Amino acid sequence: MKLQDIGSQCPCEAQNKFDFAELDLFLEKVEDMPGNLIVILQQAQNIYGYLPREVIAYISKKTGNSQAKIYGVATFYTQFRLQPIGKNLIMLCQGTACHVSGSQDIETVICDELKISDGETTADGVFTLNNVACLGCCSLAPVMMIQNSVGEETYGNLTKEKVLDIISQIREKEAKEA
Amino acid sequence: MTKTQKYMKINGEQVPFTNEKNILSVVRKVGIDLPTLCYYSELSVYGSCRMCMVEDQKGNIITSCSTPPKNGMEIRTNTPRLKQYRKTILRLYLASHSRECTTCPKNTSCKLQDLAIRYGIDEIKFDKTEKAYKNDYKIDHSSTSITRNPNKCIQCGDCVRMCNETQNVGAIDFALRGYELKVCPAFDMPLAETECVNCGQCAAVCPTGAITVKDDVPAIWKAIFDDKKRVVAQVAPAVRVALGEEFGLGDGENVMPRIVAAMRKLGFDEVYDSSFTADLTVIEETNEFLNKLEKGEKLPLFTSCCPAWVKYAEEKHPELMSQVSTCKSPQQMFGSLIKAYDKERNEKDGKETVVVSIMPCTAKKAEASREEFVTGGTHDVDMVLTTNGLADMIYESGIVFKELEPEALDMPFGMYTGAGLLFGVTGGVTEAVIRKVIKDKSHTNINNIKFCGVRGMEGIKEFELPLEDGETILKIAVVSGLGNVEKLIEKMNAGEAFYHFIEVMACPGGCVGGAGQPFGLMDKKKLRADMLYASDKQTQMRHSDENPILPELYNGVLKGRTHELLHVHYPTHE
Amino acid sequence: MKIIIGQGSCGIASGAKKTEAEFKRLLKEKKLDAAVTIAGCIGSCYLEPIVDIINDDGSASRYVHMTADKVEAVVNKHIIGKIPVTKYLISEAGSAFLTKQTRIALKNCGEINPEDINDYITAGGYQALKKALFEMNGDAICREIEKAGLRGRGGGGFPTGKKWVQVRSQQEPVKYVVCNGDEGDPGAFMDRSVMEGDPHKMLEGMIIAGIATGAQVGYIYVRAEYPLAVHRLQIAIAQAEESGYLGENILDSGFSFSIRINLGAGAFVCGEGSALTASIEGLRGMPRVKPPRTVEQGLFGKPTVLNNVETFAHVSYIITHGAEGYRKIGIEKSPGTKAFALTGNVNNTGLIEVPMGTTLRTVIFEIGGGVKNGKGFKAVQIGGPSGGCLTEKHLDMSLDFDSLSKAGAMIGSGGLVVMDEDTCMVGIAKYFMNFTEHESCGKCVPCREGTHVMNGILDDIVNGRGDMGQIDMLMELADTITNTALCGLGKTAASPVVSTINEFKEEYIAHVVDKYCPNGSCKGLKRVEIIEELCKGCAKCQVVCPVNAITGKRKEPYKIDWAKCIKCGLCLDSCNFSAIVEK
Repeated sequence: MKLQDIGSQCPCEAQNKFDFAELDLFLEKVEDMPGNLIVILQQAQNIYGYLPREVIAYISKKTGNSQAKIYGVATFYTQFRLQPIGKNLIMLCQGTACHVSGSQDIETVICDELKISDGETTADGVFTLNNVACLGCCSLAPVMMIQNSVGEETYGNLTKEKVLDIISQIREKEAKEA
Repeated sequence: MTKTQKYMKINGEQVPFTNEKNILSVVRKVGIDLPTLCYYSELSVYGSCRMCMVEDQKGNIITSCSTPPKNGMEIRTNTPRLKQYRKTILRLYLASHSRECTTCPKNTSCKLQDLAIRYGIDEIKFDKTEKAYKNDYKIDHSSTSITRNPNKCIQCGDCVRMCNETQNVGAIDFALRGYELKVCPAFDMPLAETECVNCGQCAAVCPTGAITVKDDVPAIWKAIFDDKKRVVAQVAPAVRVALGEEFGLGDGENVMPRIVAAMRKLGFDEVYDSSFTADLTVIEETNEFLNKLEKGEKLPLFTSCCPAWVKYAEEKHPELMSQVSTCKSPQQMFGSLIKAYDKERNEKDGKETVVVSIMPCTAKKAEASREEFVTGGTHDVDMVLTTNGLADMIYESGIVFKELEPEALDMPFGMYTGAGLLFGVTGGVTEAVIRKVIKDKSHTNINNIKFCGVRGMEGIKEFELPLEDGETILKIAVVSGLGNVEKLIEKMNAGEAFYHFIEVMACPGGCVGGAGQPFGLMDKKKLRADMLYASDKQTQMRHSDENPILPELYNGVLKGRTHELLHVHYPTHE
Repeated sequence: MKIIIGQGSCGIASGAKKTEAEFKRLLKEKKLDAAVTIAGCIGSCYLEPIVDIINDDGSASRYVHMTADKVEAVVNKHIIGKIPVTKYLISEAGSAFLTKQTRIALKNCGEINPEDINDYITAGGYQALKKALFEMNGDAICREIEKAGLRGRGGGGFPTGKKWVQVRSQQEPVKYVVCNGDEGDPGAFMDRSVMEGDPHKMLEGMIIAGIATGAQVGYIYVRAEYPLAVHRLQIAIAQAEESGYLGENILDSGFSFSIRINLGAGAFVCGEGSALTASIEGLRGMPRVKPPRTVEQGLFGKPTVLNNVETFAHVSYIITHGAEGYRKIGIEKSPGTKAFALTGNVNNTGLIEVPMGTTLRTVIFEIGGGVKNGKGFKAVQIGGPSGGCLTEKHLDMSLDFDSLSKAGAMIGSGGLVVMDEDTCMVGIAKYFMNFTEHESCGKCVPCREGTHVMNGILDDIVNGRGDMGQIDMLMELADTITNTALCGLGKTAASPVVSTINEFKEEYIAHVVDKYCPNGSCKGLKRVEIIEELCKGCAKCQVVCPVNAITGKRKEPYKIDWAKCIKCGLCLDSCNFSAIVEK
């Protein structure tokens, strides 16, 4: 997954920011596939990390779906993001088992530590927090999945200490890379 | 096909039915007006408001809009449970609704308000929690034609289905979900920046004040009260067969003489008829068409009277713009003509001519504000008022419309032929053009045109017209409803059809069904159309060439200026 | 020797990948000859990572909690020394978790390598497909499924055979088979487990459904949150195509069937049939009014069989063993088995499969090992946001479609969340209502506005702003939503609230009348108290209190006026004598 750098989001500035070559290839591939809109949006999000306005406008032009319709689809499903996200996407499970096992306390810890709330990205662009419905690892509740350029990793049986530890490890790693 | 008679029991009463598509139609047929907020027989069934529910013999609650009637079925429309559920649903609606009813443009014509009164909702109950509704959506005033107030939206989706299914425009759609569900353009951007064509059909079907038509009544009053202004009005053909409905006159009745009387009482200085410039359009457009036909230029020629269609073509089919007639619409011809005509007069008496159009249409507002129609810094048409807006002014001034003595239009621009009058209905422009094209202009021959397929309220009409030269057979299509245009264009692009001439009106049924008119379904639009045809038949002059004012104009103010005053080049034309 | 490392999502999350790497590293280092392979989730997630070592004599040893640090000991003692490391082996109780189950859908999970079709074939896979292709016809298959009494495992329990017959009878050349793998219930993961642990079983079921109904294209709609399941399904489809079980002219029978995967984009409502098909069509997942039903006009307007993963995973068993063989398991009206995701405050969490009709007591106390930390049992939430809660009095009730629906709950997807005596049931109701409000598609008014208002009322109640009238209001709204909502999810949206009000009304009353949460878990109702015996009357707390809620005389115990208190907690930190506590 390619993640876009945060910043310079002004649409006028961003006019030529997007390279549509990879998207074009995909659009061609699924041209004849019925009901391809969600698949296209998923691929676009893979390429750009989120769904920028310009990309939605481009998809609209290429597929003939109105922008309002695409926007409607993109805002219906929780998977789609209209804003860029941080390098590490924390998906905190809020399923029933996790709820019963204290996922709300975990959320408080993360929010306090990162100074963001659900759906937000840290100022340094390292973390984004998303509450998700259920990751399906209910026996390990509370659970979170962290997704970054390497892939995704699931962490189970979370405690306050464990979460802080995971966050600081990622921070260290990011600092090193920087 | 023989229709087999079937029966169902409604509230214990045996009711026959044949091929009604849902229980709702059967129930309404027996005189019970089941409440609905999201149902129009002309749109697809959506089933979100749940108000039309009925109870079957097993105690199941079913929505009558989405359930076909079955032989032997027993339903009740009014039971304690149904009453309770309907009331609860209305309370839920109202709990998240901006309830500033007295200042709402839809006050007294709002379907939600109407049902709240019918069901005696005197307490909302559900609006007291911490999570209660906040009146905090921004109102979108950006469009010249309509105002969008999401605080009043009940998410019934009527506008979405109208904009997408019927009109194929897709400027608005649902966004988000659950309690946050809303209807908006992409990215919630201002409507003016979208592909919206200003047809206003969304506002026509909106049951509440969420989408309303803009009417600049205060500005018109201001002009009327200004002694330095000569307020000159033009009234479009479709207005006269709809305004009467607002004042308790018969559906479709032609009330033009009363309109003239009312407008004079309101203070308009001169009242003219757009049918006059419609005649002018017929002359110009027919010449353009015959010229293209003769020279073998690319056809079809699309009509250009409907500004919503022009905008649609610009947005979705810029490649077709070169085939859209260069004629200005009758409204704009009137504006530029009258301003040129009045120049001398204005210099003499120091007044300024202000042109006000009374239109069945919301897109005419957008058209009038286009920069192509600005001459010397002022708009050719200064203000546009819808049929409903005119009714508002009449109400406000206390004029009792029903009791007005009929009056005649001003001259010279109150002179029109029956052909010009036809512009108010789908197929009318085409019929007027045919009247000019045919050589035998006897009454019988003109009357017989109606049998060629040009009349009727169908969305797509296709027919062939053999010319009197015995050689040419014109292939003609008449469409209303932009979704139908799209179907036609697809057919042409696929090489399945060719036409010489295509008339397009954005609103289903043509201008009689414009979004500025009192709301009516197709049966009502048809009554209006029938009345226009009847009025045409009563005119002494049936084809535009007969209009006695025209030669005078062509030799006068139009001399050497027809192109400048009567034609337009949109940037997308090339 | 063969080493099998359980690698379902839960195993991987517990460190199974690291365990695998460590095994491989040591085997290489010590130049040992043993095959390392993977398997899906065996179900006892609480014991992950799980490693099975198949000895040369065919006997097996199962190691649990096998984190990487324990690998060296096992390699040295077991692989080299041939003596199992007893202290890491599964306990008897752990084994009982499995032996008390009857497995059909999950039979191969944790046993075979899900990424190798040969494992599945060796375990008897694709035999049912051959039988369906060469010994039966569409009518016969439908009849067998009908006779077996298989009911949809995803929710309402609609008879699968009936559905197939209806699709079969449609006079339309194009039909579809759709597998619902959008396990949206936040607390259920049996479908994930099947897709990850035994994907071919589900594919086989879908192909047979294709033969039975005349469909030639299948779609699997799977949650994007299940990347591993998607990965294994892709492998399975490719391998099945290569081996001739899928694609053009399957096994030279003349029958063709292809399967595509669609990733769900995150919407609970897409578990509803018409919302799911809308989503595959690339639209907003909003349910539509019926008729027409999905069997008449489903995906792309064509007749469609829509079943969930677990249902398809039962098909091959029925075809192989016949309806009669299948009916031997379970009870008359609900034959077969059902998988449950056992989670919450229970000792043995994980995935289990038991015959329909098993009692809740068996599931929670025998298989689940009872409530965690020795606490008392309070309730179990079954069926997720659409279900209800069952209490002590339901413990001996039979778990099947009809008994549960009579008790105001439903099997739903099979999530069983056990709650101990300290769980606040109002809080649980609030949790589910919050979930449903956010997952409502927003189309019909009762669900869109009703769940919002109900959630608002519950929010008031758990924060001490409630009154008795609001409990009645909840019931009134629940009645309206249940009877008038457009889709199945809307109709069941209020179930958790209704069932908790019915079973635990006294807890609601405590919240609204006494403004007190008996379980102390509603943060908004927490009280700050001064323990008289410990208070020295120093007035420090009085000084820091921003709202003057604390009053008293010096050197005497101070008091807190709860009406004024804003629960800011400043006094807690100010007290030097730990005399102020939050309760």
